[in-house]
Amino acid sequence: MEKLKYALYTGCTARESTPELLKSTLAIAEKLGIELVLLDEASCCGASHLQDYDDFLSLVLNARNICYAEKLGLTMVTICNTCQLNTAMTKHRLDTNPELKARVNAKLAEVGLEYKGTSEVTHFLYALVQDFGLENLAALVKVPLSQFNIAPFYGCHNIRPSELQNLSNGGENPYNPTSLDDLIIACGGVNVDYAEKNKCCGFHAELQSPHTAAVLTGNALAGAIDANADWIVTPCPLCHLKLDVQHHGASKAIGRDVKLPVLHMPQMVGLALGCTPAELGLNHHVTKVDFV
Amino acid sequence: MDALTSQQVTFKVFRFNEETDYLPFYNTYTLNVTHEEVVLDILNRIKWDHDGSLSYRRSCRHGICGVCSIKINGKAILACKSRLFDLVKIFGTDLTIEPLSTKRVIKDLIIDKKDFWEKHAHVNPYLVSDIIEEPTSEHLVSPHDAEKLNEADYCIQCGACHYSCPALAINEQFIGPAAFAAAYRFSADVRDEGALERLHIVNEEAEGVWDCVKCMECAEACPKDVNPIEKITKLHNMIFEAGIAKNNVATRHAVGFAHSIQKHGLLDEGELVRYSEGNIGVMKHIPEALAMFKNGKIVMPWNMPKSKNLDEIKKLIQSSSTVKF
Repeated sequence: MEKLKYALYTGCTARESTPELLKSTLAIAEKLGIELVLLDEASCCGASHLQDYDDFLSLVLNARNICYAEKLGLTMVTICNTCQLNTAMTKHRLDTNPELKARVNAKLAEVGLEYKGTSEVTHFLYALVQDFGLENLAALVKVPLSQFNIAPFYGCHNIRPSELQNLSNGGENPYNPTSLDDLIIACGGVNVDYAEKNKCCGFHAELQSPHTAAVLTGNALAGAIDANADWIVTPCPLCHLKLDVQHHGASKAIGRDVKLPVLHMPQMVGLALGCTPAELGLNHHVTKVDFV
Repeated sequence: MDALTSQQVTFKVFRFNEETDYLPFYNTYTLNVTHEEVVLDILNRIKWDHDGSLSYRRSCRHGICGVCSIKINGKAILACKSRLFDLVKIFGTDLTIEPLSTKRVIKDLIIDKKDFWEKHAHVNPYLVSDIIEEPTSEHLVSPHDAEKLNEADYCIQCGACHYSCPALAINEQFIGPAAFAAAYRFSADVRDEGALERLHIVNEEAEGVWDCVKCMECAEACPKDVNPIEKITKLHNMIFEAGIAKNNVATRHAVGFAHSIQKHGLLDEGELVRYSEGNIGVMKHIPEALAMFKNGKIVMPWNMPKSKNLDEIKKLIQSSSTVKF
């Protein structure tokens, strides 16, 4: 297989509150022989909130981020669902609207950049599933996760709206997504089915609508627990923060104690590939990962 | 012909009569369905061939009246528009047919949409304009101006998005995606003079656009591609543009991103929470912050990472900002 090489857009969270995500991403890329070039020039994607305030500014900033992947001639991979949504949304809007693209490029020209639309944008999960291939991954598994019932938590912004995401996620259906389930199986684990796996964690409304957000988090944790999961795996660091850090508030909101370890997608893959807990930053979790 | 033209599908159909039943139950039917059949055909076959008491709404049969919306395996659909073979492709051959909201059932698949219509009425879903009693010419809208509606006028009030919205399921005050799309549809109309009042309505805390969880369920559920979340984002923008954004946690949460990007390129997560909540409000986050700090999840201000070429970002924020708060 030709060596895979991507431009990695880390987003903010992986450099701040979920350092274990960046660490484990780099660790498994090395094990799998995938080259990741860090886009250190990139800014925050706006997380859908800057978009609420100043839509045009958010387009300019996201287009600038993509420019740096284009300069390298590489596909951009994201490791946060919300970065994926906002970057892919920007790309889609600029690629389908020449007038808007020209307006954005007029601004980018001020700093010597031009958005061309030549780089694809995809989440690292789909780079693994589609480009690297699950069979190739399964062949490298050293420590099959066969003793674990693992609940996949997909996160909204990788799967919806499908019209946008289907360009990068291989046509995954948001009502019955399978990529993360397939990845669990490739790692030797047992995938757990539950109704909340493709639902919202509440992260984006946490500050302004804390009750709604806490109930959504509680429902997700309760769903996974009731389906007999040992732990949850997610490709999104924002879902991770909600499920890993906020279980107290979630338990209070739904009147039931809900607490379950939550792993980032690359941490799960890393365990199966034989990485050590330290290499995967498992010490950074608030809900302790007590099974390794 | 190689293509499959018929196959066996098992349907679990939700049944409940609020006048006689204590609890809902499901009836199961295994039927041979053809590639031409839509869900409404199956409901008709069950009613006509198996159980005449099955109740559901149906009318136009071509996706415009919006009354036959139901859920299949949790996915909101119009029964008259959704082909069985497409659903089997997503879910396999075991399909569960349920009303849009099991909480609001009158009988079987028929729900009371009172809450939907109340929310709809709440946003003044009509043109507000001084009418010339005896017009001498048509009030023309140019194609360019008509495009500003962004197809929000395609809504058929089926309720698919409304009953797929998780924020609404938890917070009954929330106006919800369908009514927001209607609020946008009339506020974006060049003939309308009621936009400001409508923007005040959708700007309210708990009820308004700020409580959207951004799950994108509404965009996915809509059978007419109205894309309600896109309209919700536009309403946010219009609130800022109209200068009526209140100074509260929700608006500061949006504006705080611009401040942070200006300073670091990246988001300063801790500062965003402090700025959004205020110095007193932020106190309630202390227990989580301590837990995060203990586990190396909080970056100290002096270690805050910055984007490379930050001067470019600062320059672009200067030149490309379109609103002020």
